[in-house]
Amino acid sequence: MEIVCLGLSHHTAPVEVREKFAVPDSEVAPSAVELARQPGLDEAVIVSTCNRVEFYAAGENAQDALEALGRFLTSRVGAAGTEAFFRHASQRSIEHLFRVVSGLDSMILGETEILGQVKKAYQTAQQAGATGRHLNKLFQRAFNVAKEVRTNTNITRGSISVGSVAVELAERLFGRLGECHVMILGAGETSELTAGALQARGVKAIFVANRSYDRAVALAEKMGGKALHFEDWAGNFHDVDILIGSTAAPHPVVTLAKLAPIMRTRPDRPLFCIDLAVPRDFEPAVNKLDGVYLYDIDHLRQIADDSMAVRQQEVVVCERLIERHVSEFSAWLAAGPHPLSASLHQQTEGAKS
Amino acid sequence: MHALGARVYRRSRLNFFAILGGFLGQTAFLYLRGEKIGRCPLTNLFEVFIFLAWAMVLFYLLIGPTYRLSLLGVFTSPLVFVLQIGALLFPGLDRAAPARSAVNGWMELHAAASIVAYGAFALAGIAGVMYLVQERQLKTHHLRSIFFHLPPIRDLATANLRLILTGFALLTIGLGAGFAVGGLASHAVKIAWSVGVWLLYAFILGAEYGHRLSPRRGAWLSVGALAVVLCTLWGIRFIDQAA
Repeated sequence: MEIVCLGLSHHTAPVEVREKFAVPDSEVAPSAVELARQPGLDEAVIVSTCNRVEFYAAGENAQDALEALGRFLTSRVGAAGTEAFFRHASQRSIEHLFRVVSGLDSMILGETEILGQVKKAYQTAQQAGATGRHLNKLFQRAFNVAKEVRTNTNITRGSISVGSVAVELAERLFGRLGECHVMILGAGETSELTAGALQARGVKAIFVANRSYDRAVALAEKMGGKALHFEDWAGNFHDVDILIGSTAAPHPVVTLAKLAPIMRTRPDRPLFCIDLAVPRDFEPAVNKLDGVYLYDIDHLRQIADDSMAVRQQEVVVCERLIERHVSEFSAWLAAGPHPLSASLHQQTEGAKS
Repeated sequence: MHALGARVYRRSRLNFFAILGGFLGQTAFLYLRGEKIGRCPLTNLFEVFIFLAWAMVLFYLLIGPTYRLSLLGVFTSPLVFVLQIGALLFPGLDRAAPARSAVNGWMELHAAASIVAYGAFALAGIAGVMYLVQERQLKTHHLRSIFFHLPPIRDLATANLRLILTGFALLTIGLGAGFAVGGLASHAVKIAWSVGVWLLYAFILGAEYGHRLSPRRGAWLSVGALAVVLCTLWGIRFIDQAA
């Protein structure tokens, strides 16, 4: 039995091509069943996400199986654009699936969302009866590979965007964010995005202070928070755990002289300062205060870049791990069915006919 | 120890079960030794070291899963290793204690509660070290591999404080039992030292619960207090026995 894969992804085709071949959720199950019934194919799984459309199939002969997949595709949407599809057979197709579920083929290296998407695609095909012994074994192995990659390498380590780095640092400081109070100075788009990411982690309260009070009110309403007049921010500061600065002020708004007396009243409560403004809103010296952790836009970007560099270094480790699994699975596939199960299979097929 | 050397800081069942296996071995040893000498196995420095190491692992097993501080095991193991290897490398430490009178319940309670208290203080010190390692990386913006496997510093500060509180309560019981034994004049140095340690931890707790101490200073104090205890414990015992 041979495993083949025909597909396209963000690596090989732009979005206008990908969207043409995307399979809607409602059509995935019937299409997989139809594909598995094509001459030359025995089993099929269709993975369709915003970044990839991939058809996995098992058949007796790799060439026949790939041709059957091509015919199926052409019959669905016509021949135009099919040149963007890659065609993998045997070990290459197994390796490709293992790379995809491990996040090595993703737009954001190491992202884990794809694993859930492939699991869903496989379950849909399995429940529709489009899979059999070979694809079942292949996908189960793929999910184990993804788990092993995630557990034993640093491919998912750290955050790789400024917003997610800020959220991760907040969680390093405070653990669960459910009891945290956030204050935003300056109702800009960047601060809104960062506060939104923190809000998604369940922060307790959000205060918005802006020079234009109307904009503060608008953002506070949008985020379910409370608007403040800009000159009142320091007075409402005592319970704040995370302070985001994103004003257009030409000089620091949060200075050592302002913050030091406030921190003296709450020595056991740390403060995480996120400075997203350029020119900066926080005087760098505030980082010297006990319990104050100041990160400006360059610090956050540097951490994101470092995490990406670590992930890229880990690719080699992941590939070595995947290579071992590919060899093992290929050996299993080449060994063919177990004599007993083969005889049972023949009996079942005989009973069907 | 292997995990620390290999810079593998992830949670690992293997590490947990290795520590659990070691703990069961320690427990078996202390039980057999207690059976043999007919009293709590705290009659010489060798037994004190083993008992202290056992108490540390006990607290790790109790609080590690609660606070998801699995990494605490990685930090605890070297200290336990040093204590045990120290006890095993110097056979002179395992001298038979001079013949004693009948077993005194207060004395047993005093010795056991005090050593278990030091075990809690040791774990508090280790949580303090973990806090300081992470705090420094957060302050300097240089996040190393270990950072991503450490628990949040607020959890570490909470664990640190609760371990000090537990140790303090046990030390208070131990001291109370010691006073109930009597014969205070012949143990003046040891009593003064024990009261000094009690006052040191009372100060830390008072400052932390009075919100007068930052978690960073609390962590430094718990590490410093542990260093004082570890450096003087054997000496005080030696002086006390000589007296």
